[in-house]
Amino acid sequence: MSLAERHKKLERNVTLLGVGVLVTVAIGGLVEIAPLFWIDNTIEKVEGMRPYTPLEQAGRDIYVREGCYLCHSQMIRPFRDEVERYGHYSLAAESMYDHPFQWGSKRTGPDLARVGGRYSDEWHVQHLTNPQAVVPESVMPQYGFLATTDLAIGDPEATLKALTRVGVPYSEEDIAKATQDILAQGNPNVDPGDLAERYPKAQIRDFDGNPNRLTEMDALIAYLQMLGTLVDVNSAAAQEDLAKEKGR
Amino acid sequence: MHAEAALGRSLAGFGLIVLALVVAAFAKDAGFAAHAVIVGIVGLAIAISGATRFDPVGAARKALKMPELASRYDDDPVRWGVIATMFWGIAGLAAGLFIALQLAFPVLNFEPYLNFGRLRPLHTSAVIFAFGGNALIATSFYVVQRTCRARLALPGVARFVFWGYQLFIVLAATGYLLGVTQSREYAEPEWYVDLWLTIVWVAYAAVFIGTILKRSEPHIYVANWFYLAFIITIAMLHIVNNLAMPVSLLGAKSYSAFAGVQDALTQWWYGHNAVGFFLTAGFLAMMYYFVPKQAERPVYSYRLSIIHFWSLIFLYIWAGPHHLHYTALPDWAQTLGMVFSIILWMPSWGGMINGLMTLNGAWDKIRTDPIIRMMVMALAFYGMSTFEGPMLSIKAVNSLSHYTDWTIGHVHSGALGWNGLITFACVYYLVPRLWKRERMYSLRLINTHFWLATIGIVFYAASMWVAGVMQGLMWREYSPDGYLVWSFADTVDAMFPMYVARAFGGLLYISGAIVMTYNVWMTIAGKLRDEKPMTDAAYDPEADRPITTTTAVPAE
Repeated sequence: MSLAERHKKLERNVTLLGVGVLVTVAIGGLVEIAPLFWIDNTIEKVEGMRPYTPLEQAGRDIYVREGCYLCHSQMIRPFRDEVERYGHYSLAAESMYDHPFQWGSKRTGPDLARVGGRYSDEWHVQHLTNPQAVVPESVMPQYGFLATTDLAIGDPEATLKALTRVGVPYSEEDIAKATQDILAQGNPNVDPGDLAERYPKAQIRDFDGNPNRLTEMDALIAYLQMLGTLVDVNSAAAQEDLAKEKGR
Repeated sequence: MHAEAALGRSLAGFGLIVLALVVAAFAKDAGFAAHAVIVGIVGLAIAISGATRFDPVGAARKALKMPELASRYDDDPVRWGVIATMFWGIAGLAAGLFIALQLAFPVLNFEPYLNFGRLRPLHTSAVIFAFGGNALIATSFYVVQRTCRARLALPGVARFVFWGYQLFIVLAATGYLLGVTQSREYAEPEWYVDLWLTIVWVAYAAVFIGTILKRSEPHIYVANWFYLAFIITIAMLHIVNNLAMPVSLLGAKSYSAFAGVQDALTQWWYGHNAVGFFLTAGFLAMMYYFVPKQAERPVYSYRLSIIHFWSLIFLYIWAGPHHLHYTALPDWAQTLGMVFSIILWMPSWGGMINGLMTLNGAWDKIRTDPIIRMMVMALAFYGMSTFEGPMLSIKAVNSLSHYTDWTIGHVHSGALGWNGLITFACVYYLVPRLWKRERMYSLRLINTHFWLATIGIVFYAASMWVAGVMQGLMWREYSPDGYLVWSFADTVDAMFPMYVARAFGGLLYISGAIVMTYNVWMTIAGKLRDEKPMTDAAYDPEADRPITTTTAVPAE
């Protein structure tokens, strides 16, 4: 029987055709995506990764809300020019707590994977308020409203709980103290307690230049200033060492 | 309407209003509350149409001069779909032109609602899901009835599919402006909008498959294979990619079920196959019906359509990782994605060849029939962009092109050239038939549209090629003493002329679509333009023979 003859069976039966289609289109995804969940060295073992503080997470939510990822990547590729321009190439481990990932697909503006600590808080405030005042060639929109909008704190416990449910390892204590943490990290007049022990390298200060208010600007800059600062990339295992691990 | 039905309708409407008000009052954020209000307005419209004589849909049908007499086939949802396709097409193109101008002239950003970051998803969703989606649903309802020789199964559900899909679009679009997004490219709507789309999509599948089940033709026509693959695969992609944990059932925000590298590949498995199954398989289905009909020729090769169908749907799914070359995604996945992307070139061209060769014996129609001309150009752009795609997926090429505007140019040669032109051609085919008119108001205006669109795409694609290659080269250029030559700001500055040229291309393209809107409007109004025919060299079979008389005398 020729191919065309055999195919006629499928053409006469929509159930067979539909099942055939579903099986055919399922294979590629199963082979490519599923192993990423169990092959151990998909994500390198590194020192220093921790979940976001509630304020950083609030800043990240603003980053997502404003669609920053549409013009800024957070994924430095292992090329000489990129490493020189932006820093060490990005490791998979550095986005292991990113729900959702923010690698981006377009660089209308520069990569931000390691922007943390590169500029002062004051620079960020000025730049976000009026990008062209700092970088005349920039085509970035203005985000001055962030500085005049109080951060809607809402229910940070619920945020952390939702993130825990998808696998971010917040402790019971982190969740219980979420509101306290979010208020303390951006306000130097509030006692941060053990925030810095639970979230190593957390930066605790007023970010937007106005210590009397906790604004969206505080949250966004707290997020930007920690990007790429957690992992000591130079002590992460080199690719050739990783290659010797089992299962690669 | 019967009294009970009217009562039930007004009760359902009031129920929806009350529910929406309660949700709006307890909503955790402004975006969720705004969406509850929109649902409440829908409830209000349903309640009013049930409780009073005012019938908004009927009034709109009259204004749009939809034929009152029942036709052989159930074409009402198709007519609505054609109108929606035109409306969202103009809206999506206008949004695109506006954000193109924002990149050239950043002063056009109006914070916070009209900043680039909020408008860009509005543009992409409007053109892909609102314009493209309505075209796909409308044509699939048209094609499946004709090729199965059966009226639509579940006519009430078919109407729900149309209106439910419009509600999805409105919720998605308003959400972007309000900052409601989950930041997954081409899947930005939040969890509750995704759930709504899932319901609409299952209803759509039920109508489509139900119609195939009650067919009078023994065989399922090839266009329906492609529609079926499109419906099934989009359902699979949509559900897996949108798995997320809402923070509250009364709030818009949710967090993706996956993180980092797994999240990235899931998203681009979805993202690339939104191209593969929404913008390719679905539109190939349109090609397989409308090109043969307009050319009045059978499909070139039945065998080729079998081979190209199965290989296309099998291979496309693998191509996602080429969006993540040189990232933290493991090398094996990147390489697999690249290899399958290159192989994908073949079935893609199989489809193009099957479409183009259908014109065998009818090539003269390119000269006389502007709709055929548009279809041929669409297939040519399909061929070009499915060559460019595999090329860009080669890692060495991608190292230069990734993150640049070359990608944007590539996408638009496919979207404007292939999806746009084939949709326009199908609408030109459909409108006179659906509204029982002799022909389109003006064939010459179709020709004007063709040229505005084609020249617009050339401006768009060419400027973005130059922009992308230039960006890529500037980012990596080293001086002889070993320093990077350009700061990032220099490379942004250099883009200005390209961004202006691109916006000009977009302006031409939307101008063509406006000409089309006028043409469609006049056709619906029942007018015929008095114009010169497309060709005045009429064919005379009598004169088509050798001259036998010997009166001709050679010159001395």
